[in-house]
Amino acid sequence: MTNHSAAHAATAPTRAPAGPGPRRAVTDRAGLLDLVALMTGDEKHSPAAHSTLDALWVLYDRVLDVHPGNVDAPERDRFLLSKGHGPMAYYAVLAAKGFFPVELLHGFGAYDSPLGHHPDRLLVPGAEIGSGSLGHGLPLAVGTALGLRAQGLTGPAVWVLIGDAEFDEGSNHEAVAFAGAYGLDRLHTLVIDNSSATHGWSGGIAARFAGEGWSTATVDGRDHEQLYRAFTAPHPGRPHVVVARTEPKYS
Amino acid sequence: MREQFGATVTELLEHDPRTALVLADIGTAQFPDAARDHPDRVVNVGIREQLLIGVAGGLALTGMRPIAHTFASFLVERPFEQVKLDLVHQGVGAVLVSAAGSYDWPAGGRTHMSPGDVALLDTLPGWHVHVPGHPAEADLLLRHAVAAADTLQYVRLSAHQNAERQPVVPGRFLTVRQGTRLAGVVLAVGPMLDAVLEATETLDVTVLYAATVRPFDTVGLRAALGDRADVVLVEPYLAGTSERAAHRALEGLPHRVLGLGVPVAEHRHYGSISEHLAAYGLDAAGLHAAIASYLW
Repeated sequence: MTNHSAAHAATAPTRAPAGPGPRRAVTDRAGLLDLVALMTGDEKHSPAAHSTLDALWVLYDRVLDVHPGNVDAPERDRFLLSKGHGPMAYYAVLAAKGFFPVELLHGFGAYDSPLGHHPDRLLVPGAEIGSGSLGHGLPLAVGTALGLRAQGLTGPAVWVLIGDAEFDEGSNHEAVAFAGAYGLDRLHTLVIDNSSATHGWSGGIAARFAGEGWSTATVDGRDHEQLYRAFTAPHPGRPHVVVARTEPKYS
Repeated sequence: MREQFGATVTELLEHDPRTALVLADIGTAQFPDAARDHPDRVVNVGIREQLLIGVAGGLALTGMRPIAHTFASFLVERPFEQVKLDLVHQGVGAVLVSAAGSYDWPAGGRTHMSPGDVALLDTLPGWHVHVPGHPAEADLLLRHAVAAADTLQYVRLSAHQNAERQPVVPGRFLTVRQGTRLAGVVLAVGPMLDAVLEATETLDVTVLYAATVRPFDTVGLRAALGDRADVVLVEPYLAGTSERAAHRALEGLPHRVLGLGVPVAEHRHYGSISEHLAAYGLDAAGLHAAIASYLW
């Protein structure tokens, strides 16, 4: 048996649907922040964690068709967290939606916890990819969109979340140009822009995607209605990017 | 072997809807029919090797069996972190098929040489590595690699090849010549077999042939030993790549291992494959000298 098959077998039980959900249903931002507060030990990445909170919540609460009941179904939507550092908001959302018990949040970063400072898909129920090193999620999302299309699964949407500084990585530019030219219309990129890129992107990030033929929207990353409208905007024949601007990381 | 790759993979794409071929401009001319008949499963990403591996990982995440191909320099070395993270760390499988290898295009110089590919893959868990020495072996090993669902398989195709095919079994070393009980063992990998056979014609050695080097056939190597466990490895990539595997295979036995192959130092000459093999000491004369002095 190969190494990775063994890993699958060893962790299979943790990927089973559900487990007890949150003791009290989380229905809003305040509830999510309570969950984030359960995780300690990665304060360096706190700004990164909070910048994604609202966009992640709107996606999982109102847009994505993925939940503990369909977590292994081929027809589910895919959400790939590429920006794997500061995953507390992601873990909080997954716990709030019942992918794993809220109690796991207490162990964040501990030896026996499945929740690391970077997520591992073989350990975290509901996580589509393991991430941490920047620039891997968007190429993986391109392959995922191609794989679903090749199997005739034209329904599922593929979403990937990157950061504005992560956009510096050259691998993303390979993926953006290819996906635009290929017209991968089930592919969606969510860029959390908290102005953390060292040299910035003159004219804004959306212009780079638009230049490669993507449909684009730039919105206030704290405004849930703006996010929802941008997430659900039609974009026939083209991949779609939503740039969600939040307060600058270094302000 | 590259022509065989085109024929074999075209047929696999025709018969297995789970297979997908990912290319980065190199090799596209070999798949005109497959690209026309299966546009969703033959994808050319352009000259984007990081994306080549990332896309293979994404395809595998959806349950497909991706085959990714380009020159070894651009398949393994350039996107090495993608190989580590987008395939191995995600826990998904893929078939990587390289061409050009260590010295296939000497006139092309260092930029197109990748003698370190197998050693690099040795730093990662789970890889199966095939080094066919003949197009017919490449056909068999490609089919085996693609059929081994969800596993990590590397098939190293080369312009350098042996005159005749060997009856290879994936994962097994083959005894090509049997020495006496006092003989040492020479393990020839892939296209090195012909030169090894010529080099050892007058020597009392057992010659093993390996077209699959990972996993390393411990049982096959130990079975070939006589009263002395002296082993010479002759590999078409970095010298010594399999020394550690051989030492592990011979654990508990007094033994010696000599690893011959492509030197780690840059060789700043152009020319032909045969000139490079001679310069590395991997032609029959060079091998004879090295093996005879080591096994006395």
